[in-house]
Amino acid sequence: MAEYKLRTPLSEDEIRELNVGDVVYLTGVAVTMRDAGHKRAVELLSKGERLPVDVRGLALYHAGPVVRRVGDRWEVVVIGPTTSTRMEVYEYDIIEKTGVRMVIGKGGMGSRTAEACKRFGAVYTVYPGGAAALQAEQVKRVLDVHWLDLGVPDAMWVLEVENLGPLTVVIDSKGRNLYEEMYRMARRRIDEEIYPALGIR
Amino acid sequence: MSSSLEDRLLEATVKLIEAAAVWLPSDVEEALRRAYEVEDNPVTRSFLKAMIDNVEIARAKRLPICQDTGVVMFYVRVGDRFPYIGLLPSILRRATVEATRRIPLRPNTIDVFTGRNPGDNTGRYMPWVEWEIVEGVDYAEVTVLLKGGGSEVVARARNLTPAEGLKGVMKYVIEAVYEAGPQPCPPVIVSVGIGANVAMAMKLAAKGLTRPVGARHEDPEVAKFEETLLQAINSIGYGAHGMGGRVTALDVHVDYAPRHPATLSVAVAMNCWAARRATMRIYADGGVEYTTHPHLNKEVV
Repeated sequence: MAEYKLRTPLSEDEIRELNVGDVVYLTGVAVTMRDAGHKRAVELLSKGERLPVDVRGLALYHAGPVVRRVGDRWEVVVIGPTTSTRMEVYEYDIIEKTGVRMVIGKGGMGSRTAEACKRFGAVYTVYPGGAAALQAEQVKRVLDVHWLDLGVPDAMWVLEVENLGPLTVVIDSKGRNLYEEMYRMARRRIDEEIYPALGIR
Repeated sequence: MSSSLEDRLLEATVKLIEAAAVWLPSDVEEALRRAYEVEDNPVTRSFLKAMIDNVEIARAKRLPICQDTGVVMFYVRVGDRFPYIGLLPSILRRATVEATRRIPLRPNTIDVFTGRNPGDNTGRYMPWVEWEIVEGVDYAEVTVLLKGGGSEVVARARNLTPAEGLKGVMKYVIEAVYEAGPQPCPPVIVSVGIGANVAMAMKLAAKGLTRPVGARHEDPEVAKFEETLLQAINSIGYGAHGMGGRVTALDVHVDYAPRHPATLSVAVAMNCWAARRATMRIYADGGVEYTTHPHLNKEVV
């Protein structure tokens, strides 16, 4: 396990160096999209259109913040990751077509995302879900917002972040998926140790 | 019934919701700190450290612990001699609106048919209120649960066959935790309901999430079942956020009603580590006492 401090724009080389279990602190620009944002993004991209923000080399963040309007600016009150598994159906296309280098979320992603990470040079990292007040201190500024018609949680928030972390690499660009390995280990323990001890099955 | 009493109870309820959102109950926080002591995987420890730091920052700055401030659920145990019962429904609703604006809470209620989000955490049947009448008592006990979405996605219920028995119940619960994996933000609180149909079972499971961490069922047999399940779940090895470790669940709560001769219904509900709840009592003289957040009793209500 190594620790990295990375800055956007992220290069393919520095992303391909990361291994599952590594911890990253990210400085630069992260763009939020969750369920409705992903759906719209994939629709636009499939028509050959562009997203409102060029996310090449940036981090895509599965998050819906609590925000406050202060004068003509938006302020993040608290922010944290949402469960990424729901975005699995969209992420391959997003990674392929936008050139995003890092996906941040929680709860894990599946084999299609892992395939995209390997093929196009990206990683999936997780932030401890629920630690939203801590993370608000790592978000310096709202740079922009798009798609507010989707509602505050689902809008695309463009955020300036500083040492956002700890982000743990759960899917690297070499084909490893930490959570899949964790599930396999859990299955083995349940079947070989826990159930026999309880007299189950 | 003076309007000032109503205003005071409204304010007290907004405060109750704020307490739940920003101040993790001490039983949950202590369980997190014990988990931090028990784990030795450095990544798991760094995650638990971030979570504990977050609890402290949220409390100090009066910020929501998690950006998913959940759906607002009230569990009200009201004495049959409590004089202000008629005030409560509108107070709970207005307090939800006011708390959403003031704290703020994230607006999380989306109409299923129109897709509209009213922006104030209300809607059809929302805030959700579960009423229970307590005989021979003149106070009301109001518990608010801010129930996040991530830990809800993994809830489940099923009718087992009676032949599957309690071993079948155990297996159903362990499989639920296994399949949930890191999605519900472990270490979780697992709550199990057993009964004659899935509606009963889920009602008991959901209610179990209002129980403090460490509170065992009053029936020693059930308490033993809870401990066996907790030990089994913590042998799975997920640890905080699936980073690997010994504490996948902070606690397991079980409650039951009789089964029907033909059924054995079981339900599993989970709460994330940020298990946000707060309880207050409203006395017959209009006084309010916060039981989960006693520091609030010093502040003027």
